[in-house]
Amino acid sequence: MADAYIFDHVRTPRGKGRSSGALHSVTPIELASTALRAIRDRNDLDTANVEDVMLGCVAPVGEQGADIARVAVINSDYAESTAGAQVNRFCASGLEAVNIAAGQIMSGQSDMAIGGGVESMSRVPMGSDGGAWPTDPAVAFRSYFVPQGISADLVATKYGFSRDDVDSYAVESQKRAQRSWEEGRFKDAVVPVVDINGTTVLDHDEHMRPETDMQSLASLEPAFINHGEQFGFNSVAIQRYPEIEKIEHVHHAGNSSGIVDGASAMLLGTKEMGEKLGLTPRARIRSFASIGSEPTIMLTGPSLAAEKALKRAGMEKGDIDLWELNEAFAAVVLRFMQALDIDHDEINVCGGAIAMGHPLGATGAMILGTVLDELERTGQSTALATLCVGAGMGTATIIERL
Amino acid sequence: MMDYNVDGDGVATITWNVSNRPMNVMNVETMTAYAAAVEKAVDDENVKGVIIASAHKEFLVGADLSVMGDGDASMLEEFMRVLHGIFRRMEKGGKPFVAAINGHALGGGYEICLACHHRIAADDPKIKIGLPEAKIGLLPGGGGTQRLPRMIGMQQALPLMLEGKELAPKAALNMGMVDEMVPASELLAAAKAWVLGDGQKTKVQPWDKKSFKMPGGAVQSPMGQQAFAAGNAMLHQRTYGNYPAQRNIMSSVFEGCQVDIDTGLTIEIRYLIATATTPECKNMIRLFFAITEAGKGAGRPKDIPIATLTKVGVLGAGMMGAGIAYVTAMAGLDVVLLDMQQAGADKGKAHAEDLIKKRVSRRRMDKDKGEATLARIHATTDFAELAGCELVIEAVFEDRAIKADVTQKTLAVTGDGITFASNTSTLPITGLAGASSRPDNFIGLHFFSPVDRMPLVEIIMGKETGDGALAVAIDYVKAIRKTPIVVNDSRGFYTSRVFGTYVREGLALLADGVAPALIENAGKMAGMPVGPLAMADEVSIDLMYKIGKQTQEDMGDDYIAVPGDDLVQKLVEDLGRLGRKTAKGFYDYPEKGDKRLWPGLADLCPPAAEQPSVEDVKMRLMYIQSIETARCMEEGVVTEKRDADVGSIMGWGFPPFRGGVLSLVDTIGIEDFVAECDRLAQAHGARFSPPKLLRDMAAKGEGFYGKAA
Repeated sequence: MADAYIFDHVRTPRGKGRSSGALHSVTPIELASTALRAIRDRNDLDTANVEDVMLGCVAPVGEQGADIARVAVINSDYAESTAGAQVNRFCASGLEAVNIAAGQIMSGQSDMAIGGGVESMSRVPMGSDGGAWPTDPAVAFRSYFVPQGISADLVATKYGFSRDDVDSYAVESQKRAQRSWEEGRFKDAVVPVVDINGTTVLDHDEHMRPETDMQSLASLEPAFINHGEQFGFNSVAIQRYPEIEKIEHVHHAGNSSGIVDGASAMLLGTKEMGEKLGLTPRARIRSFASIGSEPTIMLTGPSLAAEKALKRAGMEKGDIDLWELNEAFAAVVLRFMQALDIDHDEINVCGGAIAMGHPLGATGAMILGTVLDELERTGQSTALATLCVGAGMGTATIIERL
Repeated sequence: MMDYNVDGDGVATITWNVSNRPMNVMNVETMTAYAAAVEKAVDDENVKGVIIASAHKEFLVGADLSVMGDGDASMLEEFMRVLHGIFRRMEKGGKPFVAAINGHALGGGYEICLACHHRIAADDPKIKIGLPEAKIGLLPGGGGTQRLPRMIGMQQALPLMLEGKELAPKAALNMGMVDEMVPASELLAAAKAWVLGDGQKTKVQPWDKKSFKMPGGAVQSPMGQQAFAAGNAMLHQRTYGNYPAQRNIMSSVFEGCQVDIDTGLTIEIRYLIATATTPECKNMIRLFFAITEAGKGAGRPKDIPIATLTKVGVLGAGMMGAGIAYVTAMAGLDVVLLDMQQAGADKGKAHAEDLIKKRVSRRRMDKDKGEATLARIHATTDFAELAGCELVIEAVFEDRAIKADVTQKTLAVTGDGITFASNTSTLPITGLAGASSRPDNFIGLHFFSPVDRMPLVEIIMGKETGDGALAVAIDYVKAIRKTPIVVNDSRGFYTSRVFGTYVREGLALLADGVAPALIENAGKMAGMPVGPLAMADEVSIDLMYKIGKQTQEDMGDDYIAVPGDDLVQKLVEDLGRLGRKTAKGFYDYPEKGDKRLWPGLADLCPPAAEQPSVEDVKMRLMYIQSIETARCMEEGVVTEKRDADVGSIMGWGFPPFRGGVLSLVDTIGIEDFVAECDRLAQAHGARFSPPKLLRDMAAKGEGFYGKAA
């Protein structure tokens, strides 16, 4: 089996995912193209060598529909020969896109490919693509469907995380994100989004609130009480977890991932292709894995995905220097740390989606890039990036810095 | 059976006039006749349009349950396909059809109206219109799940079908279920006027037009998606997934309303068959018949003339006595409500006044009638006022001496020829009857609380109670529009005895180290109205303690201890946690917010490291009730299966989808049930040991309602 190497990665800044957000005026195809052009231009890449572009996108309808990856390839003036496919593994789509690209390379079916993702949540709102799970009565009944927010509160209830626990985590995420920006940890990865006249539209993550403290979070009402109590979802969750008397609602906008717009791209290839093009390999993909688990609690998949990826790589937990888990909800990270006994100092060291936002289809490649940069900055060697995924899945990727 | 007439203006009238059944119903015979009439009208060039009418008091009350084919799906499917063919012929025959709804139009009877191009109802608030199929575990399978949403929108149609609502014409008009409402005398004229007028421009159903759009939004619209996501969860919350009919109604609408009507009807047939063949549906249909039979007084001795009651005495004006006085007055009988103190008697009457005022303010009763009803209740302390009562019911304190005293004081006034009833819930009737010189006229009438809302009365036969008293008791219960069941004297009679096993099994589970939340959720998921621990708090723990102690004393060596017995003692004697009334029991009852399980339970009964599955907990909570009922059958406490099942549903909220506490055994299958009981007895104690009655049945492979399917 061949090795897949990471040569480079880029991401756009993340704009607030609403009409007042800076990136709301930019189409998702432009966001994706921004990332694809940047990775081509800064590596002086002859795109005829890029065999495929996999882009995650979770609401692939409207202007994000009809295989946005291939359309972005065309729109970015890549070689006509570069194929493109849109990937949907919900919140892990961006990481799954990287894994698919890596898989093509490792299996010897491709020499160079790009994985990444895009989501303009301000323009194509979450849930725009419908789906059978919540709505089809036969499916919803059989699988005890509840929305993610209820699942997050279920995780907190079941594993004993209080409102203080999740809020403390959120405050720390904001602090870490701010420090990372101040220290310029993201400067190599982030490419500004410019308009058609070349004027900068956004060059920083817009969603951050570094002034956040426990007091300001305490004033926020839990976000999912209504859903849970009025629409019956708490009862559905309890019917699946009857050992629980009552769902404690602890999550709100301040300790959950932000809704934002953004795109990412990561360039992968064989060692030989890198040498041919004069690219320096920065890391090697050690393994990757996706898993399915109980869909009602939905968000406890990352530890299972991580364990599976570790096993595939022949590694143990202690072999990982840095962990990166998407901050979908604070309790998701707290549960992961509890399940694998991981210290907060080793995980999400640059902050995460609670501070900077979670552009659904793009995040996976973004956080893998972040942790790679952090390995290089600190001189550490191995990292595992993972995300919780809708419907009870989890996806993880292990990299080793070169 | 099906009258057909064409008038001089070319208006055909098909009049349902079924003579070999008590009501207009759809079955193979009547639908064949109806189909012929529809064909005749459609084929006749001179016919300009068709009125569907009824010669009966009711319009049409749906399908005869015989078409269900008794589990033979192919027969049902064939019937439905033919029915849909006829309905589509009405819709697409090129002539306007109008339904002239003169009386109840229910189920298939309303679905035929939906297949008409126009619906006119008579302005009579007694008329009921709707699709009540879900109430007996069925799905509106005559096009109801397809046409009603297409006519009034999914969000309006779904609750009507899920809850099986029956609406009066005015409400139906407001919902868009009928198009017009006219005085009853003008119904046929209005129908004819429509046929010759607007009808001539309305020969195609909206859903047969290319331009058709679902009113209120399509399934795959943001509105539709939200409605289904929330609707599914709310239904799941309400039903705990125990009612396939409701779930299948949702599915039939969801799937069928995304396609054309003919494909939608095909989908509906699939769901109808899937629903009709479930044990839940069979249980609910059997239950429906059992309740109807019991309500007619099935256990009444046949050859005794119906008692005409005019005056009833009620002794004790507490909560039960006041409630009994109210329901009796509501039935048009005079009531003497007697208490030790005039203030007590007046307070009892005031309770009735409150209930009547509420009805008047909700316009369910007019003011004059309300006043007349209240005037029937005479509150007094004087036993002499009981003179002339044909029946006297005592609802005094549960104390043998007090009960004996009031019995004798009453009979001294009325003479011992009257029927004397006790509303005791705990004291054996045979013993109480000893206070009467005519124990054959002494009977138990066990009401449930709150009396005005609970539909069941448990009639208890003492050893010497005679048929005459039983006949009077049943006639009285029918008069107050409640459902009687008849049982024989025993500790806790039937309902309290069996219901008690549910609560006590909850305590046993707790004592076994099962997590309290798991116990409570399991009870609710099994379909019981509340968990056993919450129920214990409602009943009050000290009362359970008292009854338990009394039972132990009375039974001596025969008493089978339950693991929760010690727990009750500790809660009452050491901790003073007596239940809801003291705001402290298995739950804490904060002044604000919901009750929460008392955290101290974890110290009292430390949760076991290994917890059972919720299915196992459900099994213990439900099977114990069926086993105890089988014992009641074996001991002759209950003699009719019907009474056992009806009593469980109406008396203590046993889940209707199970059909009743004995039907549960048949649903599981007698052999499997007995095998499970043996397993449970081994694991948890002799109380699960199946009585001989069940073992014998299992040996023969025969359930309570026939051979296992």
